[in-house]
Amino acid sequence: MDSDDEQTIPLSQRPEWADVKPVPQDDGPNPVVPIAYTDEFRETMDYFRAVYLSDEHSSRSLQLTSEAINLNAGNYTVWHFRRLILESLNADLHEELDFVENIAKKNSKNYQIWHHRRWLAEKLGPDAAFREIEFTKKILSLDAKNYHAWSHRQWVLKTLGGWEDELEYCNQLLRDDIFNNSAWNQRHFVVTRSPLLGGLDAMRDSEVDYTIEAIITYPENESSWRYLRGLYKNDLKSWVNDPRVSSVCLKILSTKTRCIFALSTLLDLICHGFQPSPEYEEAVNALPLQRSDVGPSSSSLAETICSVLEAIDPLRGNYWNWRKEQLPALVT
Amino acid sequence: MVELVAEKHVQYVISVEKKKDSFESVVMEHLRMNGAYWGLTTLDLLGKLQVVDQDEVISWVMQCQHESGGFGGNIGHDPHILYTLSAVQVLALFDKIQILDVSKVTNYVVGLQNEDGSFSGDMWGEVDTRFSYIAICCLSLLHQLDKIDVEKAVNYIVRCKNLDGGFGCTPGGESHAGQIFCCVGALAITGSLHHVDKDLLGWWLCERQVKSGGLNGRPEKLPDVCYSWWVLSSLIMIDRVHWIDKEKLAKFILDCQDLEKGGISDRPDDAVDVFHTYFGVAGLSLLEYPGVKAVDPAYALPVDVVNKILISSS
Ligand SMILES: [Zn+2]
Repeated sequence: MDSDDEQTIPLSQRPEWADVKPVPQDDGPNPVVPIAYTDEFRETMDYFRAVYLSDEHSSRSLQLTSEAINLNAGNYTVWHFRRLILESLNADLHEELDFVENIAKKNSKNYQIWHHRRWLAEKLGPDAAFREIEFTKKILSLDAKNYHAWSHRQWVLKTLGGWEDELEYCNQLLRDDIFNNSAWNQRHFVVTRSPLLGGLDAMRDSEVDYTIEAIITYPENESSWRYLRGLYKNDLKSWVNDPRVSSVCLKILSTKTRCIFALSTLLDLICHGFQPSPEYEEAVNALPLQRSDVGPSSSSLAETICSVLEAIDPLRGNYWNWRKEQLPALVT
Repeated sequence: MVELVAEKHVQYVISVEKKKDSFESVVMEHLRMNGAYWGLTTLDLLGKLQVVDQDEVISWVMQCQHESGGFGGNIGHDPHILYTLSAVQVLALFDKIQILDVSKVTNYVVGLQNEDGSFSGDMWGEVDTRFSYIAICCLSLLHQLDKIDVEKAVNYIVRCKNLDGGFGCTPGGESHAGQIFCCVGALAITGSLHHVDKDLLGWWLCERQVKSGGLNGRPEKLPDVCYSWWVLSSLIMIDRVHWIDKEKLAKFILDCQDLEKGGISDRPDDAVDVFHTYFGVAGLSLLEYPGVKAVDPAYALPVDVVNKILISSS
């Protein structure tokens, strides 16, 4: 709770509230889940209940909801009532955006705030797009994986527009943190949905280059590998036949890096018909491992890869073992 | 390995109501219905539901219902689908669903389905696959699934499927273990699991296990006890739970217990709360930990409770 910037004269001592009789929370008999209140919180909520029950849509009620939200931004009913008041008073919604921004600084993972923000943006229409894009950017600069902020941003793009700089924004976030899965997801979102980029078919080539560079920089990055695979959605054939995909696996394995994603991608490629040249087998066999981990030398490359994965990733040993059992007859 | 201090957790859940003026209590007031569900389900899984006065709980729950049929988070609070499911689940724990005006609750939930099959959480229209799950779970417990357009609801969820096999909150939203639980749960309840790419999703989910044994909810995030529920229940529903190291996960959850005062936290040595206590105990239940009742991975209720409801005719 944070009420530091409020000057707090108790409501019961403010003249403008003299005509209101506060209503305490009815917790029913013998509460199951603890409800205890600090004095200030209790008083604010008691007055809130009074105006809520009398359905008073006034500016003092609006002010009271601000105070209640400052004390606890998670209360669903307070936000709900605030929207009803804003509608009745025909309030300036730009001012309301300021209010939300202030609250969001302290509570950026609160569902109510984002819900309220979306309601505002919807009312304001396409003119709000720029401000919403900037607002989410501000929140994401504090926590680049905030799920609510991303969800809001996607909604804004889809509903109000503002796609112009979105790919560059993804570039920037990935420069800051190449492991940011949210930014990779947004990249996929932009590449597949932006009305300005021509869709996945137009973008695939340059995206593959971008992703391969990212993979080479940090081969252990789950997100970039999954993104690469996603670029060939519904087009397995191109994925198997694109030499850039198989050679990035080879390149990483040749440095004797025991990279789970390079190995699993190579395994998937082989399972889908990729014919590895002898260099692949040499690279896998040269990985620093105990011989006993890898099984008989008569194994096929696919079997060897499964054994290696089982040995280097024991948490998921059963998964890799299952992969080995599932290998199509062709590759064993 | 540390053991489950079940009795201490029971004491913790009961004692939470006695803590005065704590921050936790203040912020809980408006979502007391969710808190009741977490606390009471924990007690039931530990075989101690009889310690609460069920008549008092039920009378309080019913006072939270509105004319619209929906339930609020507490008496005098506005209805939301989130609290409505918790209310139905609490009544289910006490085998008291029959006291509901079923058609009233059903109408409330049915009214929240949108043209594209998705669900809003309330009259203001926010859309999220969490609400799809809640609507479907709630109606199934009431034997009223036929009152919504199930096919459309399923199609909307399928539109939220991502290239990694996971699901997000809306089409294009990032895969997140919590949203995956909701989507897989809704698909399981409606008999639509064939829409899930089980091997791909199973791999993504088992990649969530980190060295400490705990599970995270997205790549590169910290492990957290509540994800033992979301990831684990999803893995069970798609029949891939043997792909993770269950023993290490159980150890991680047990290490998050407050051995003195009871309760479970998100990570070892953090402060405990009812939410993580519930998810920790439910996670251990999914891991078949001795002394904990079996929990249903889709309905998030004890298996005996679910069986009683689903076997009885509507
Ligand atoms: Zn958590």
